[in-house]
Amino acid sequence: MMETPALPVPEARSVIPAGLRGIFPVLVALVLLALFQWLVSESPFAVYLLSVMGVNIILAVSLNIVNGMTGQFSIGHAGFMAVGAYISGVLSLNLKEVALSFLPVAASDQVLFTVALLVGGLAAAACGFLVGLPSLRLRGDYLAIVTLGFGEIIRVVVQNTNAFGRALGLSGIPQYSSPYMVYFWVFLVVLVARRIAGSSHGRSLWAIREDEVAAEAMGVDTTGYKVRSFVISSFFAGIAGGLFAHFVPIINPGSFTFVKSMEIVVMVVLGGLGSTTGAIVAAILLTLLPEGMRSLFNALGTEGSLAQKVDQIRMPIYGLLLVVLMLSRPQGLFGVRELWDVLPRWIPRKRRGLS
Amino acid sequence: MRRIAPMLLAALAVLAAACEKKTQPAPSGEGGAQATQQGQPAAPGGGNVPASGDVILLGQVGALTGGQATFGISTRNGIEMALKEANAAGGVKGKKLAIRVYDNQSKPEEAAQATTRLITQDKVAIILGDVASSNSLAMAEKAQAAGVPMITPSSTNTTVTQKGDYIFRVCFIDPFQGYVMAKFAREDLKLNKVAVLQDNKSAYSIDLSDVFTRKFTEMGGKITTTESYSQGDTDYRAQLTAIRKTQPDGIYVPGYYSEVGVIARQAREVGLKVPLMGGDGWDSEKLFELGGSAIQGSYFSNHYSPDNPDPRVQKFISEYKATYGGVPDALAALGYDAARVAIEALKRSKDLSGPAVRDAIAQTKDFPGVAGTITLDDKRNAVKSAVVLKVGDGKTEYVTTVNP
Repeated sequence: MMETPALPVPEARSVIPAGLRGIFPVLVALVLLALFQWLVSESPFAVYLLSVMGVNIILAVSLNIVNGMTGQFSIGHAGFMAVGAYISGVLSLNLKEVALSFLPVAASDQVLFTVALLVGGLAAAACGFLVGLPSLRLRGDYLAIVTLGFGEIIRVVVQNTNAFGRALGLSGIPQYSSPYMVYFWVFLVVLVARRIAGSSHGRSLWAIREDEVAAEAMGVDTTGYKVRSFVISSFFAGIAGGLFAHFVPIINPGSFTFVKSMEIVVMVVLGGLGSTTGAIVAAILLTLLPEGMRSLFNALGTEGSLAQKVDQIRMPIYGLLLVVLMLSRPQGLFGVRELWDVLPRWIPRKRRGLS
Repeated sequence: MRRIAPMLLAALAVLAAACEKKTQPAPSGEGGAQATQQGQPAAPGGGNVPASGDVILLGQVGALTGGQATFGISTRNGIEMALKEANAAGGVKGKKLAIRVYDNQSKPEEAAQATTRLITQDKVAIILGDVASSNSLAMAEKAQAAGVPMITPSSTNTTVTQKGDYIFRVCFIDPFQGYVMAKFAREDLKLNKVAVLQDNKSAYSIDLSDVFTRKFTEMGGKITTTESYSQGDTDYRAQLTAIRKTQPDGIYVPGYYSEVGVIARQAREVGLKVPLMGGDGWDSEKLFELGGSAIQGSYFSNHYSPDNPDPRVQKFISEYKATYGGVPDALAALGYDAARVAIEALKRSKDLSGPAVRDAIAQTKDFPGVAGTITLDDKRNAVKSAVVLKVGDGKTEYVTTVNP
């Protein structure tokens, strides 16, 4: 049988009233996020990098629901991201001058931003449903090909639509995004992923992953579960795209190519298929690695020396590191386990309070 | 054993993150010759005050990898040459110049990230932009918000400099090329009737043909017909036959070399013997291959010509050849010009703060660049000459320079 990561059971936690138990993590997250926002707001570079990182985490964790937990191989995640980015981008662009009269401007902007995000996410989810419904009845590699095709279709449609700015891209989208918003969604996607993993729904997904025929024989509605996990995953990809569109000054089809999809797949595989924390760690690692190398190169050499001229070498090194990592740990960083199963025992005790 | 790999990775991640916030030591001059200055801390003041010490740092973000890699590398070579010359001549305000180059992988989000890094971590005085307009737009937004002047060497899309008063360019804008060809067709080729064949999929092509049509008509010429195609088409005979019926003296095809080559061949097939005319989208070695003999005798406008007899241009070419091998393309020439405009502005500005440097750049007037004389107008675009090239057998010939 498969190895199911056990969801930490909230034992006698008498400090928190029973009615608040469900919402408690959200409250803690909100407070922590406010603190976090205050800490980084001074440095635009940190804000930007953290936003990119957050978006990558959302993408990796959401793709992990399909690729990792359900064992279906989707390689068109950037397509769903593009749907979310363009739909919410166009919406925000058109609502730029609109403000809700009963709110201060900044608050109204954030409300409209949230609406735009949700619309983008729902549009992506709808696309996920349309793509998933016919293709998830199939087995094996078919889904990979369908999702690949979908990603390309989206890109070509955008490239030829005037309202989406065509090849030049869509610029002038109000930059409403903040680390607070990005990491709130990171928190949500992780919460959803963990709750799914621990639920009976999740167990059905794991069953499908391990042996589809056996799962079906056990009475699992395989297509239904697969489509549902695909739709949830697409929704969060759309949200990630929406967030992306609100902190990158211009979005153009070049940002949502097949290469981007593969980047996300790499994060999931590197983290360990099925491991949510693995996806998070891999996303953080792969976002920071290129920038870290940049710092390293700058620190190494004097101005004008060779070390300064090798910025483009970062990518091959990055590729090489991936090869080495996959060779040394083919099951990914954590396999199907989570961070707290891997690290020493005292950490899980502490984490139990939060998750 | 199982735990070693993740821990190693965690350590790597921490390392990468820690590197992030590190203050860059103010680096010394070329090749470490003045190694004594190494390790001097950067200026603590935030905002747009560039690093103090004996180096003025410029930043370039370009596509060094990805689909447009040759663009970024050519530009970088040009910039490097300009800096080397300036340093040999004693630098600016007694300080050496240095450039920090970041790759954007031809992606706007990477361009924005690299630009933010140049501004906040490296504290550069001026940013030199990318070739592709969408990447430059992403950079422009960040540079404008931070109040750091930015010069794009070769983004011709009109919207780039509209991002704000810190954004400049040293190349002409798309519509200007339409004007150049109209003037050349009317005054030099003495054409009366011209047909237009535009690429409906490209904003660039539509921009050029609109302006060409307007200017050519104003100058007393007549546009016989305007036909269109879509990038990626392979059969243009229908449009060309329709054009033949109107008996034009020439055809304006402001597209990219990949289609223009085929169009030229098919034009000859349907019996159109008149010259074709186009813009800088034609500038590629591939044009000769695709167009063969059919494209010979056609004209296109471009930023610069290696055949320009001007000694300034020839000196640049021979020096470029000596350093990098090969004839510099227009992008290298524009990169060189952009860097020199930046250096001149740094010399003229009273200090290195953003607003002062911005004002100095804005005052650039009659600057002798290798790709034309540069004067920046009030919209921060370069008002400069363009060259007209004639397509010959496997190479282009310089015909004339058209001034605005």
